[in-house]
Amino acid sequence: MSTIIPIGPYHPLQEEPEFFRLHVEGEKVVHLDIELGYNHRGIEKLAESKSWDQVVFLVERICGICSTSHPAAAINCMEDLGAIVAPERAQYIRAIICELERIHSHLLWVGLAGHFLGYNTVWMWSWKYREIVCDVLEKVTGNRQSYAMFKAGGVRRDLDQDDIPWIMESMDKMKPVVDLFRGAVMDDPVLHARLKGVGCLSAEDAINYAVVGPTARASGIRIDVRKDDPYFAYPWVDFDIVVYEEGDVYSKAMCRIDELYQSVSIIEQCLKKMKPGPIDLNIKELPPGEGIGRAEAPRGEVFHYTLSDGSNFPARYKVRAPSYTNILSNEKAVIGETVADAALILAAVDPCYCCTERLTVIDEENNKSVLGQADLLKLSQAKTETLMKRLSL
Amino acid sequence: MDWKSIKTGLQDQFADKIQRWHEHNTRRIYLDIDAEMLEPVVTYLFNTLQSRFIIASAVDKPNNMMEIIYHFDFLHLPQVLSLRVVLSKDRLEIESIAPIIVGAEWIEREIHELFGITFKNHPNPVHLLLPDDWPEGNYPLRRDQ
Repeated sequence: MSTIIPIGPYHPLQEEPEFFRLHVEGEKVVHLDIELGYNHRGIEKLAESKSWDQVVFLVERICGICSTSHPAAAINCMEDLGAIVAPERAQYIRAIICELERIHSHLLWVGLAGHFLGYNTVWMWSWKYREIVCDVLEKVTGNRQSYAMFKAGGVRRDLDQDDIPWIMESMDKMKPVVDLFRGAVMDDPVLHARLKGVGCLSAEDAINYAVVGPTARASGIRIDVRKDDPYFAYPWVDFDIVVYEEGDVYSKAMCRIDELYQSVSIIEQCLKKMKPGPIDLNIKELPPGEGIGRAEAPRGEVFHYTLSDGSNFPARYKVRAPSYTNILSNEKAVIGETVADAALILAAVDPCYCCTERLTVIDEENNKSVLGQADLLKLSQAKTETLMKRLSL
Repeated sequence: MDWKSIKTGLQDQFADKIQRWHEHNTRRIYLDIDAEMLEPVVTYLFNTLQSRFIIASAVDKPNNMMEIIYHFDFLHLPQVLSLRVVLSKDRLEIESIAPIIVGAEWIEREIHELFGITFKNHPNPVHLLLPDDWPEGNYPLRRDQ
């Protein structure tokens, strides 16, 4: 007889509206039900009533953390539809913004995971050092989030040449920070014990569940839209795809941390290579037809499809966010694990974030709440403490 | 595997079954097929050509038609292959591909509740986004409603 543990409708770690129903026998998870739709905003329908320019602003509101990945896919989609090639300088600026966003998004995940494991120092570090990136974004775009920089055929604001040395300096500051995080995870025997071999997703399952981004790359699948289907300035810069083979939470964490090095390097190369020039083609109209746009968001591939009838509004606009496929793979990753690890595994795919939080654990027989959000956090942190004692740290 | 061998493989295997082969550009390829050919083509793409399922988009078209476009890509290749299946609104039924690719389970549930297309042999045909007490026969993304 299995007991059902509901996690949600808000995820305890990342505060996202999703509802997981864990079926457990003793401490072991035997089955997982996932329920969605608590935050469905009808963006695809809404897009049909917006002009092409407005669609870019609309999709920017899909996610608050990776707010530039949906506009990136949207403009790729419109440029595919209209066979438009944006000016070189615009492509460099676009790539710089995408990479800055990847850095702050990955740092955020590492911080939250640290907090959940009882490593509040890592949490505070990541918040502190994320500011460096947010400052650069504010200087370049005027906003710390939702940058409103992209449009079909170019970008809305130019990057000031005088700012480049200062941005370079900021990137230099980021390198020791990434070393710090890498060391914090790599050199800690407790984290090894806590994360290694936990929540494994095999390469076969990764393909079968169509997962993307760091979730796929941590399972040994070498996919990255930036390399496979190059867009913006990515074909002109050197970088590696970070791949780990094990598919556990440790690999997913290391994959994200190593990607930070690549992002810093991409930004530096772009800044060095970009030359003054036009930044916008002033596109007024898009022809009838179909367009497909892809972009590599911090969480994986974003996919947009549009159908145009030649008017100023899309006739159909389809959005596929990376979490849409990644979350379903939890069904595999969480089976056979313990309740103390479950919430961490569910968060290891880095699902998109939202606001409030609520979590209760209910005993099925008398329908009584036995564990709250604070209890689950305590459970997870207590496991880390026990491990620390056992390793006499 | 390169794009050339994928293209010849597909054309050899389903020569007369592909109604239209349209290359929007070198990276975006659209294939029109019959609804009953979906299962064999997807099986061939996924199992033999090792393609990766991206997503499916449903489109409500004029003239009593509905379209489902299944998007696939291939490891390390820039091409996106989109299989287009056209259905008449009088008979909105198609074979589910979730038994072949688990990753297609959610999008088929979503298309079912938003467009009213039935996926035969779907392993778990329940609501995904809409609440369980949503009225029967009310499909939010349909234009005729």
